[in-house]
Formats: sequence, structure tokens, C-alpha cells
Amino acid sequence: MSQTLAATRNPAAADMQSGAEVLLRALKDQGVEVIFGYPGGSVLPIYDAIFKQDTIRHILVRHEQAAVHAAEGYARSTGRTGVVLVTSGPGATNAVTGLLDALMDSIPLVCLTGQVPTHLIGNDAFQEADTTGITRPATKHNYLVKKSEDLARVVHEAFYVARSGRPGPVVIDLPKDILIAKAPYQGVPEAPHRSYRPVTHPDPAQIVRAVAAMKQAKRPVVYFGGGVINAGVAASDALTRLVRKTGFPCTGTLMGLGAYPSNDPQFLGMLGMHGTYEANLVMHGCDVMLNVGARFDDRVTGRINAFSPDSTKIHVDIDPSSINKNVRVDIPIIGDAGVVLEALLAAWDADPTPSESQAVAGWWRQIAEWRGVDCLKFTQTRDRGGIIKPQYAIQRLYELTRETGRETLISTEVGQHQMWAAQYFKFDKPNQWMTSGGLGTMGYGLPAAMGVQIAHPDALVIDIAGEASILMNIQEMATLAQYRLPVKVFILNNQYMGMVRQWQELLHGGRYSESYSEALPDFVRLAEAFHGVGMRAESVDQLDDVIREMIACPKAVIADICVDQKENVYPMIPSGAAHNEMILGAGHGRHAAEITDEGLVLV
Amino acid sequence: MAAPIDSSNRSATISVLVENEAGVLARVIGLFSGRGYNIDSLTVAPVEDERGRSRINIVTSGTEMVIEQIKAQLDRLVPVHRVADLTREGPHIAREMALIKVCSTGNDRAEALRLADAFRARVVDATIGSFVFEMTGSTDKLDAFVDLMRPLGLAEVSRTGVAAIARGTRVI
Ligand SMILES: Cc1cc2nc3c(=O)[nH]c(=O)nc-3n(C[C@H](O)[C@H](O)[C@H](O)COP(=O)(O)OP(=O)(O)OC[C@H]3O[C@@H](n4cnc5c(N)ncnc54)[C@H](O)[C@@H]3O)c2cc1C
Ligand SMILES: Cc1ncc(C[n+]2csc(CCOP(=O)(O)OP(=O)(O)O)c2C)c(N)n1
Ligand SMILES: [Mg+2]
Repeated sequence: MSQTLAATRNPAAADMQSGAEVLLRALKDQGVEVIFGYPGGSVLPIYDAIFKQDTIRHILVRHEQAAVHAAEGYARSTGRTGVVLVTSGPGATNAVTGLLDALMDSIPLVCLTGQVPTHLIGNDAFQEADTTGITRPATKHNYLVKKSEDLARVVHEAFYVARSGRPGPVVIDLPKDILIAKAPYQGVPEAPHRSYRPVTHPDPAQIVRAVAAMKQAKRPVVYFGGGVINAGVAASDALTRLVRKTGFPCTGTLMGLGAYPSNDPQFLGMLGMHGTYEANLVMHGCDVMLNVGARFDDRVTGRINAFSPDSTKIHVDIDPSSINKNVRVDIPIIGDAGVVLEALLAAWDADPTPSESQAVAGWWRQIAEWRGVDCLKFTQTRDRGGIIKPQYAIQRLYELTRETGRETLISTEVGQHQMWAAQYFKFDKPNQWMTSGGLGTMGYGLPAAMGVQIAHPDALVIDIAGEASILMNIQEMATLAQYRLPVKVFILNNQYMGMVRQWQELLHGGRYSESYSEALPDFVRLAEAFHGVGMRAESVDQLDDVIREMIACPKAVIADICVDQKENVYPMIPSGAAHNEMILGAGHGRHAAEITDEGLVLV
Repeated sequence: MAAPIDSSNRSATISVLVENEAGVLARVIGLFSGRGYNIDSLTVAPVEDERGRSRINIVTSGTEMVIEQIKAQLDRLVPVHRVADLTREGPHIAREMALIKVCSTGNDRAEALRLADAFRARVVDATIGSFVFEMTGSTDKLDAFVDLMRPLGLAEVSRTGVAAIARGTRVI
């Protein structure tokens, strides 16, 4: 009634919509198809606008943290920007862990948070939180919309910021009065952003220098990371071509897995704390290192002053703050990984200098020797009733999913199972591996898998989980049921917070303080309670059947795989140690480097 | 192999041109506290009204690697237009202003006034028992003057922090 009155009085307002409607229109113009969210008082106008349209789908999660992880899974598996909608106060604070997770792993997200009306901001109003204050260090950027005329512009800008340069999460805090008041619409701007314009095209002189160093390399390595995945599928393709053309060995970070085919002989496996023997020794001994889209994380470098001591380091990154942050490099190249890789390919061909192929062949002979150690070897008994080794469970999961020929996407929780998944599941394409690397958030995997399944309804989506982590967002089983998402939860149940137990065994004298998973639920019945299917494998002879049954099941499944409780993840570079001070597993006869107090303070 | 890391500390005066929007100062300060960088001085004020831009001047210190990191971290903030390391990008001028209250009588009072004159500090307020001096200059000069006033009845100091600009035609 009052609306019609206003419209007749002010003709300009006639074609203005409510803030909530303008918001949805902007989301549509940004190509948004799905929002992961949870309602509350301050965002009711948005929910009302969602109700009145059917272009954008809303997925109702059961906890706001899960909404963010789901959007991360959606984003990482598609290369698009994930969208989250939560209410003010507790809705926003529940989302914070997910936002920081996305920031650390460079995942593009836009998170809409409700806020109390502008005139109440600062009054400790009901469900008020200083959301922009709280999320400032957990986001790439955030906005508080205080004027209706800014709304559409801010939404478009948020998408631009989230996906450009080094991607990350962006929060838009939306006071309720802004959602209700009429607001003008404004389309996607064509003009460049006022201040944020990341460099994507590299300095050609640096490309020439890099190729000159690569041509002279006798012991080269390509070390790639999540930035290649961020740069899109074409970047992974360019990486593969460059590695093949140069004949160099390559290794990837946890976040980079899939950017180069894992089954390829030039791939040495993951590097770092739980990387392979050959990858870490190659990093230690190389004379030229080409880092593409990896950030010299402490999980990768080990003791910084012992990290790859004799190499000329080339570092390709879109974020200048990644350069010389942890490790001093010789040839920085600022730019998008895809663009830079193409430039390196072209320059490699254009430079007439022959590469040191003889020397590189010698390097490969050395690598073959290291590979001969077979650092990922494990022994699995085949006896009836034999205990399942967690490594074997992952290996069989990989082989049996591959047999189906179906597109398979994997997410993980955090812990030993995550490392075994990284070591034993092989990825031949990018965007198939969703894991929480930088923040290491237990509870990431199930909601992430949910987001992945939304984006890939026909694919096989599996969350490789630990029995402790899975309980952190188990409520999302209800979301799976509601939307009939056939996500498979594959629990490596060792009845311990295994990663904690492993550190306590190796670093704290075997005092297993609070790391036993006491009073676990019956996961089979838990699955059933959530309208899914539960199954269990207690011994090795049951494993294949359970995996096959799980894959074939059209519903959500929890497969409880009872594995060896005492198994550790090897190889392991203890914190504070150098790459050549790695511990190999039992049967390899190599033992712990002395762990120093300096090492003990590290995580 | 990269050159050996220079681990000695240096001071840097960094000017940052930012979009004059809510929260931008909190972003800059949060970056320094969150990442454990030093802030020796920080000033901020709008400088280009028509374009809505402010300038932040920060005096910080750290190893060369840390200062490079600070500049890169500032530059990646979305509302930041430009970051200039005035200490490195050629000669520059850095000035601060201070209001210095000295409460004394007799010889001390006379001495304070003489020194103020020698330092070209202006008297902006005077009572029988006090002076307020206004002084503009480099941080060092202000420090020196404040130190001299200490035994002469120094009561209170209020300083603006450093404003800095490059010499010559160079602009940020
Ligand atoms: C229990 C546990 C154990 C772990 N153990 C290991 C381990 O053994 N080995 C390991 O590798 N990791 C391990 N991690 C993960 C580790 O913590 C880091 O998350 C990971 O190493 C970082 O990967 P990254 O260097 O590829 O960087 P990411 O975090 O993926 O960052 C990407 C980099 O690429 C840049 N970038 C982004 N977009 C582009 C673009 N378009 N073009 C160019 N550059 C771009 C970014 O600026 C950034 O510098 C472990 C994590 C956990 C939880
Ligand atoms: C939210 C959160 N809390 C605590 C930790 C520390 N943490 C890392 S791994 C781990 C144990 C995980 O146990 P489980 O899920 O059973 O996996 P497992 O290591 O046994 O495979 C813990 C507690 C974390 N990474 N995230
Ligand atoms: Mg466990």
C-alpha cells in the first residue's frame, strides 16, 4: 500500500526495486546459479526475494561454516566463484572459519552477511556483530553497504575482487534497511577498478632470464602449486606441455595435485612434510627450481636455511607479496600462471641455446635411484580377517573408482587420512581434489563434497574422512538427504585423531594425551538416521565389496573403514628438519633426525 | 642462488595513496599488527578531495626482506592506489609537527625560551608558568628539542607523526 503511494509520488522510484531484489539481479548478472545459505531475521528480505524467483537455486545447509565450505567445494571444482548467504551476528561469526579457510587456500567466494539496520549499528542491537571488523583479517576484502545507491556497484565489485589476481573470499555486510529500501540498479561495470588491478602479464625480460637459467640447468625441477589450479584448466595444460618439452622432473604441493597428471613418469609425487623421498631430495639437490603458483609454505620448505641450498630459484606468482616472503628467489615473475607458462614455452622454443639434456639424463638416473627406495611402500596382509592398512584402503578406492570410468572428485577432512589420500589417490586432471591445505580445517570435507556434488550432479563425489573430523560437520548429512546428494563419506576409522597421535608418538614420548576417539557413534546407524546408507569393512577381505557397494549406491553413504590404529604417515620431515633429514617408514631402516627444541615449537 | 639475506634493520618511510573509504585505516593498521610489523609513526588525511583519496605516511623498520613484504602487503589491499618507499625512491622530505608544553619559572623558563628560539620553535601559548611551543621539523630535530626541554620543565608533548613527500618533480 505505502509502496504504491510512494511510486505514484515519485515516478523515478517506479522502476526501482527493493535492495534485496537489486541484490539478486546483480547476482544473476554475475552468472550465479547457486547460493549456499542459512536464514535469519536480518536476511529475511533476501529470502523473500529468493522465494519470488527461480533462476538462482538456494541450498539450505545446517550450519553456516558448512555453507562456506560447500561454496569452496563448488568453486574449486568448477573454477567459478562460490556464493554464501548468512544472517547477522551468529550467522556471520559461524562463517568465519570457512572464510579464513578460503583466504588461505585462495578460493574465490562472495559471502553475503545480514546486518542490523544502519541506524542501530554500534548499539549492541540484537544479533549485531562487527562483521567487517571480525572478518577483515579473514577475507581478501569486505564491504559494509550503507547507501542504497552503492548496493549494485558493491556486489559487482565484490565478484571482481574475489576472482581477480590471487582469488579469495569477499564479504558484503548488508544492513536490513538497505535490503528493504528501494535501490537503483547498475549493471556490471565496464571501466577498470579504481585501484585494484593485478598484473597478469609478466615482464618479458624476466621470462628471458628464466629460460636462460632453465637451459643451463643440469639438475632442474618444476615445483607447482595451487596457483596453477587457480589459473584455470588451460594453465594445467600449459604446465604439462612445458614439463614434457623440457624433460624436467616435476613435483606438486598438496594444493597443486592434479595440475600435472599424477601417473606420468615425470611426476615425482607430492613434496614437503609428507612428500615423497624422491621429490624432497630433488628439491634439496636441484640447481634450478621453477616454482609455478606455489608459496614456499613451511609444510614444503622444512627448515628454511637448509631449503634447496644450491639452486637458482625462479618464482611465478600473481601476488607480489608471495615473492621473497619465506624464501629469497633469484628470478621473480609476477603474472598469471597460465600466461607465464605460455610465455615460457614460447621463449624456450625461441632461445637457440640447447638445454643440458645429457646432464639432465644423469639427474634422472639419480632420481631413479631415489625412486628405488619406494618410499610409499607398505605391507598389507591378505589373510582373512586381516587388518586393513589405511594406505591400502585408499589405493583400492582409487583403483575401484577408476575401474568405473566415472568422473571422480575427492574431498578430504584433515589428518592422516588426508595425507594418505594425497599420496595414494592419483589425479590426472585439475579441480578434482578439494582439501583444506593452508588452514587445515577439520570438518571441511563433507560440506565441500556437498558443494562439489551440486556442481557435478552425475559425478562420483567422495569425502575421504577421519572418524574425528567427520563429526565436526556431520549435521550436513541432513542437507545431503534433503537434496538427494549421493555423496560418499569414506572414513578411515583408526579410532584416534591419528595425526595428533602420530606427533605424540614421535615428539612427545608416546603420551597419547586426549587423542583417542572415545565414545564414537555407530557410523552405520548414523548414516541410516540421516536417511543414508551405512556400511562397514572390518577386515581386508571385506574392503573391495564395501567400496564397490558404496560406489554403486545411488544414495548418500557413510562407509566406515576400520583401519590399523597404529599406522603413521611416512615419509615425514619432522618440523625444523631439512629435506634430506626425512624419516622413512618401518622397513626402510631410516630413523628420526634429532628433533630439536626449535623444531618442537613449530607446528 | 639468491644473494645472502641482509639481516640488518633499516627504517623506511612509506607513503600510501588510498581510496578514502570506511575501514581503510583499520585495514592498514590491522595488517601491521596482524603480521607483526613495527609502526614507528603513522599519519593519515584526505589529500585529493575531488577524487576521494587519502594519504597515509608510515614510518616503519625491519630487514630489507620485511620492508619489501610490507610494501607488497600494502599494495595488495584493494583500496590502495599506490605505495611509495620514499626512503628508497630518491631524496625526500619528512616533517612532523609537535606542540610542546613546558612548565617552569625563573632560569629554566628563560633557558627554554632561548633554546626554542635557537630551534626555531614558535611560542603559540604562554602563561606566567608555562609555554606551548610549536615546532616543525624532522623527527630527529623534534626528539632533540624535546630532550632538551626535559630538565627545563617539560610537561606534555603532542606530535602529529611524519608527513613525507619526494623532492623534485617526482610524485606518488
Ligand atoms: C595436515 C597437513 C599436512 C600438510 N602437509 C603438506 C605436505 O606434506 N606438502 C604440501 O605441499 N603441503 C602440505 N600441506 C598443505 C600446506 O599447509 C599448504 O596449504 C600448501 O603447501 C600450499 O600450497 P601451495 O604452495 O601450492 O599454495 P596455495 O595455498 O595453493 O597458494 C597458491 C599460490 O599461487 C598464487 N596464485 C594464485 N592464483 C594464481 C595465478 N592465477 N597465477 C599464478 N599464481 C597464482 C597465490 O598467490 C599463492 O602464492 C599440509 C596441510 C595439512 C593440513
Ligand atoms: C578444527 C580443527 N581442530 C583441530 C585440528 C588439529 N588436528 C589436526 S589433525 C587432527 C586429528 C584428526 O583426526 P581424524 O579426523 O580422525 O583423522 P586421522 O588423523 O585419524 O586420519 C586434529 C585434532 C584441526 N586441524 N582442525
Ligand atoms: Mg582418526
